[in-house]
Order: sequence, then structure tokens, then C-alpha cells
Amino acid sequence: MLRNTRRETLVALVLISPFLAIYGLTFVYPTVAMVNLSFTDAPLIGPGQWVGLDNYTRLAGERRFDTAFWNTAYFVALSVIPGTFVAMVIALGVSRLTGRMQALVLALFFLPYILPVSVVYRLWDWTLNFQFGIAMYVFDIWGIERVPIFKTTTWFMPAVAFVTIWWTCGFSILLFLAGLRAIPAEIYEAASLDNTGRWTMFRRITWPLLWPVTALVTTIQLILQLKIFDQVYLFSTGGRPNDNLVLVYYIFQRAFVNNQGGRAAAIAVVLFLIVVIVSVLNFQLMRLAERRK
Amino acid sequence: MTASSARQINLVGGIITLLTLIIAILWAFPIYWGIVSSLKPENEVVRPYIELWPETLTFEHYIFALTETQIGRWYINSIATAVGATILTISTSMLVGYALSQLRFPLRRPLYWLILASFMVPTQTLIINHFVLVANMGLLNTWAGIILPQLINPVVIIVYKQFFDQVPRDFREAAVMDNAGEFRILFKVYMPMNWGVTTALAIVTFIWSWNSFLWPFLAVTKTEMMTITVGITQVSDAFGVYYASQLAAAVLAGLPVALAYLLFQRRVTQAITLSAGIKG
Repeated sequence: MLRNTRRETLVALVLISPFLAIYGLTFVYPTVAMVNLSFTDAPLIGPGQWVGLDNYTRLAGERRFDTAFWNTAYFVALSVIPGTFVAMVIALGVSRLTGRMQALVLALFFLPYILPVSVVYRLWDWTLNFQFGIAMYVFDIWGIERVPIFKTTTWFMPAVAFVTIWWTCGFSILLFLAGLRAIPAEIYEAASLDNTGRWTMFRRITWPLLWPVTALVTTIQLILQLKIFDQVYLFSTGGRPNDNLVLVYYIFQRAFVNNQGGRAAAIAVVLFLIVVIVSVLNFQLMRLAERRK
Repeated sequence: MTASSARQINLVGGIITLLTLIIAILWAFPIYWGIVSSLKPENEVVRPYIELWPETLTFEHYIFALTETQIGRWYINSIATAVGATILTISTSMLVGYALSQLRFPLRRPLYWLILASFMVPTQTLIINHFVLVANMGLLNTWAGIILPQLINPVVIIVYKQFFDQVPRDFREAAVMDNAGEFRILFKVYMPMNWGVTTALAIVTFIWSWNSFLWPFLAVTKTEMMTITVGITQVSDAFGVYYASQLAAAVLAGLPVALAYLLFQRRVTQAITLSAGIKG
């Protein structure tokens, strides 16, 4: 077919120019500027001196950076695998239901995911309130001693991870349900003819066939939770922010509280690299898995 | 299979179903509890026992929030920024998706790689330079400033590209034969085929934007310019330590997105499943 290449190029340019302008301004430029900034001692706004790798070397052995780094790792450990597991169990339960019943039950599980983080914060701050929270009455009934959950370092991260799982689980459930629907019913029928038990069916059929979705959910969660900030920030108000630091929170603190743009940018670059490395590794693993098929 | 073992399996199945229902109700309970508490008078809220329904039903906290606080103003800010971000994201992404899918032009590959690369970049790490940029443009405390960094949304572009890819090439060739202009082809031939995807993506983009916290929280320092998502957590003196009032404000903040989901349930789940397939 005859193509008018010049006209096509021109049209394409017109179509992509708004996008290019926006991406240049909000993505390419800030990324380059961030790396640049991390080598200076600039404040949040204003010029600074070139200090080389100083901002990076200072991170090693810095108490607040240590706290932020390990808290992030701790939070990831508390939320990613448990969250994936909970979502899979719920999806298995929901997939047994049919029609309107399934739609209703799925909506109950999915609704939290739709809510803004500040609403989630208010709901759980109220439910777990030390004085009047309904959870504390349940604690009383069971004879567990009340704790000011978000004010103690021991309870803080597990509680925030719990709330995060509650909040974001609906998304993972949705993906698991899609994965379960993709498993042909014939396989189960054939298995039930052989009088296969429920557990064996799960272990031999569902689990292996669901594995790609499990991997997908886990990696999406992993990349998401590395970037945690909102919940930690909100639940820390009136608590102990410095003990609850996570990496994004530390970037925020250095840049917007301490007014140290350069040092904040160095932390941002570190987190940036962590997320990019995880993403690339994940991408390569997916490709490997694809090829094995 | 013997009759008794079949009955046993049905019993186990029944228990699993029952458990699923109980967990579902418990799962949504904090939402119910928040709503119910917001409908109780302040002295009833702090009673030391569990009351699943208010003894005296009252809307005083809602009336207070809507008339005495800046929530009305925050609603306007949230609607303006979420609608603005949605329209801009959808329109620019659709054009790029179309160009990537249907047109041949130099640097098409690098452009595609740039979009894929932006998936990996955590926007949370760009907050410092977004702030500097928006401040230098004089856009702090403005709707435009809140919207700008939210426009990085590569998922929408890729979903569009994949949908345009699925349209048989005959449509385009027939239209080109008719001498229809490129824009005519896009708007008259391709757009109408994608209305379903466009609505789904628009609803989800609106929800994402309404819910965004970190950036609107940084870009706004004046209370009257806050979005509702940020406002209800930042201005505590407006509500004091009155739990019922705080919860009423939270219900008001969550209501639009919850309604959007309940009304367009299928579209929302469709868009989210689509976007997840790509994120991996």
C-alpha cells in the first residue's frame, strides 16, 4: 500500500507533542535534575555548591537513614507476602460463589481499595482508638491488655502493614479471580472423576496454574510497598515519626522539614535505584518464565 | 464416589462459603462502623460499649462539616483537579497510543521505550524536583500545580495502544482510500470503537487523582487550596478531637469515589485488571 511517509510523520508529531511537552517537563527534566541535585549542598529551593559524593557517603552509618532503610524493608516483609497470601485465600473463597452473591461479596472486599488513604486512616484510627476504639472493647472482652497501637514502636509497623493489606487487598483479589477464571473447568471435572480430594486438587491444579498471577501480584505489591509514605506519615501524627521513618518519609523530612534539597535528593536516588533494579530483575524473570513456556 | 463422602465434601464446601461471607462482612465492618459513628451525637460516640445503630440518629456533624468548615471549598478543589487531570491524561494518552499503534514515524521505538521506562520510575522520588519546578513556575497553591505531576500515567497510554492495535488494519486502509484526514480517522473511526475503554480509564483515572495524597499535600500550603483528601487530615482544629465530626468529614471525602465505584463497578474492575496486566 502506498504510504505518505512525510504526512504521517507530521501527523504523528502533532499527536505526540502535548505528551512530549508534559513528559519532558514532569518526568525527564525532574529525573535529571534530581541526580544533579544529589551532588550539591543546595537547599530545597536555590543554588548550591558541588560536593561530589559527599551526600552519599554521609548516608552510610547515618542513624535516620538506617532506620528508614530497615523500616522500609520490615514493612515490605510484613505486607507483601502476607498480603498476597490473604488475597489468594479470599479469592479462592469468592470464586466459589456465583452471580449476584459473588458481585456483592467482591464489592465488600474491594470497597476499601477505592477509598483515599486519609479516609482509611480516619476509619482505622477510630477503630483502633486507645480509649473508644471498637477493637479495644474486643481486646477487653478477650482479656487482652489495651495498647496505644500507633504510639508504640513494636506495634506501629505491623499495624500499618495490617491496615495496608486491608486497604489494597481488593486489587490483588481481583487479579487472582481473573487468574482462577482462566483455569479451564474441564481440568477440575476430570480430576473429580478420579475422586481427587479438595486439597490435592488445589495443590496439583490450582496452585501451579495460578503461579503466574501469584508472581504478578507479589511483584506489583513489592514495588508499591517500597514506595510507602502516606499511611506511615498519617498514623505517625502525634506519635514517634523519627522511629517510624521509611525512605520516602525521610526524603520528605530532609527536603521539606530540614530544607536540605541536596541531601534529600541523594536518598531519592538510592530509592530510585532500588526500585529500578527490582523492576528490571522482575522484568527479566518474567521474560525467562515466558521463554520456558 | 459414595454418597456419604459426597455429602462430606458439600459440608466442607458449605463451611468455606459461610466463612467467606463472615470474613466479607467483617472486612467491610470498619467502613460501616465509621459511617454509623458519624451519625451519632458526640456523647453517644464515646459510650464504652458497642452500639451497632445510633440511639439518636443525627446529621449534625455533616451539617457542621458542610457549613462551618472549608470542606465545600476542598470539594471544589478536588473536583477541579481530578476532572482536569482526567481530561488531560485521557486526551494526551489517547493521541500517543494512536500514534504508536497506527502511524510509522522516526523515533517511534525510543518513544515507546521512554514510556516503558517511566513505569519503573517511582514518582515519589521526584517530589523534590517537582516541588522546585512547580514553585519556579509560580504554581504552588494552584489547581494547575496540583495537576501537573499527576499527568505521568503511562498505563493509560499502553492500554490505548493495545486497543488500537486490535483494530483490524482494513478500517484504516479503507478510510485512507476515502481520502479521510488522519484526525478524521482517529475521531470518527477509532474513537467510537473505544468508548468502553475510554469511560473505564476515565473513571479509574478520576479515582486515582481524587485519592492522591503525597503530591497535593506538598503542593498546597494554604488551607483554602487543599484537596479534600489532604484537607481532612491537615486541619484538625476545624474538627477538634470530635471523633464523629472527623468521621463525617472522612465519609464526605470518600463518598464520591465510593459512589463512582458502586455505579460503574464493572468498568472500574475492567480498567484495573487491564492496567495490572501491563504493570507486570
